[in-house]
Amino acid sequence: MKKKFNWVIKSKHILVIMILICISLMALAATVNLPVGPVKNVIGYAIIPFQNGINSIGKALDGATAGLQSKQQLVEENQQLQEKVNQLTEQNSQLTQDLDELDRLQELYSLDQQYSEYDKVAAQVIAMDDENWFSTFTINRGTDDGVQVDCNVIAGGGLVGIVTEVGNNWATVRSIIDDSSNVSAMTVSTSDRCIVAGDLRLINEGKLQFIHLKDDEDRIQEGEKIVTSDVSEKFLPGILIGYVSEVEEDPNNLTKTGTLTPVVDFEHIREVLVIKELKQQKGDS
Amino acid sequence: MRIRRKLVYLLVILVCFILQTTVFQGLAIGSIVPNLLLIVTISFGFMRGKVAGMWTGFLCGILKDIFYGNLLGFYALIYLCIGYGAGCCMKIFYDEEIRVPMFLVAVGDVLYGLAVYGFQFLLRGRTDMFFYIRRIIIPEAIYTVLITVILYKLLFILNKKLTALEMKERDSFWLRK
Repeated sequence: MKKKFNWVIKSKHILVIMILICISLMALAATVNLPVGPVKNVIGYAIIPFQNGINSIGKALDGATAGLQSKQQLVEENQQLQEKVNQLTEQNSQLTQDLDELDRLQELYSLDQQYSEYDKVAAQVIAMDDENWFSTFTINRGTDDGVQVDCNVIAGGGLVGIVTEVGNNWATVRSIIDDSSNVSAMTVSTSDRCIVAGDLRLINEGKLQFIHLKDDEDRIQEGEKIVTSDVSEKFLPGILIGYVSEVEEDPNNLTKTGTLTPVVDFEHIREVLVIKELKQQKGDS
Repeated sequence: MRIRRKLVYLLVILVCFILQTTVFQGLAIGSIVPNLLLIVTISFGFMRGKVAGMWTGFLCGILKDIFYGNLLGFYALIYLCIGYGAGCCMKIFYDEEIRVPMFLVAVGDVLYGLAVYGFQFLLRGRTDMFFYIRRIIIPEAIYTVLITVILYKLLFILNKKLTALEMKERDSFWLRK
């Protein structure tokens, strides 16, 4: 007997179809530059205002709880702050001395082109990545304020990351501690180039990894300053990344690997500065 | 009305996504954030069946892909499969029973973590598997299961309300006829 063909679509078939759609999407996204910008913008309009709002509520709550702190705490805090003031005054005088030295060194290493001269725009961090695996965040400035893809992001005098996606009033930033981030960098004193790579295993310690450092004469010590290199394709040169905390020789005896402590406190980023200038633009002009 | 249900689901997904990227970042324990979208996917799959689970998973994943993903469609695929898997367990769906969804979420989150690790980290040569299991996958699963206790209750009530509303409408429709 001829079996009648059943045309009912079962959930199994939908599953297979959807899996195929997902895989083809991935293949498409990997090969062609999909024009998802408009879609992102539309969804961005629905989500960004809420993220902005919730973020400001959180800030207001922070302020409110701070106002409710008892008097005694404030007195204690005052004492502590006084101590800190003394400490800082001391530190300050030291730093002024250091500053003179810095000026001298900067002249020496012609690093006078500081990032203070770049055109910047301030932005607030409004949402973090919803993942535990990666370290990206959203800021509340976009193309309307001159932010573009590949803009460098700094905070507290150090490199934070790079803009990977941008909408009208938002942008996604991948921080340098992200596991997939690689930054071409160099040491200040010897101009030896290395790669600063984010590593999830070191995030807990608040550190970054650097690899492929060529240092034949063992001149790199702990505390060595590491800045973005001149040869980086996307990062502007001379932005401070951090200080070397450990150096180790690779098994190949040619290069060195180690960890560095970034100057930015990635746990508590709230405000960042986006440098509007792009590396490529600068090269063209 | 099917459309209303879909709209409500969409709203729940969006709200959870916004909460996860803002409020829960502040509630992170040891910089581990619970995976709300996974709870939503598994809950809807478990309460409404394979197809609902799949669509919820697909939407959650694609939302994540669009905002924070490296590769469009990657998270969509993972969530899709998890939603389908949860839908397969609909046969053991009981009223007010919370242990089964908790177990499902635990299993789902571990599978999710392993999938992300396998495709995004292992393939880049990060072979220290046990570190990632200990540091990310297990804590995330535990935290997510804890949040499930609250969120599943809310979603369960929502589902009940929607079903009751649909029943009422269907009855009145027949009465009018």
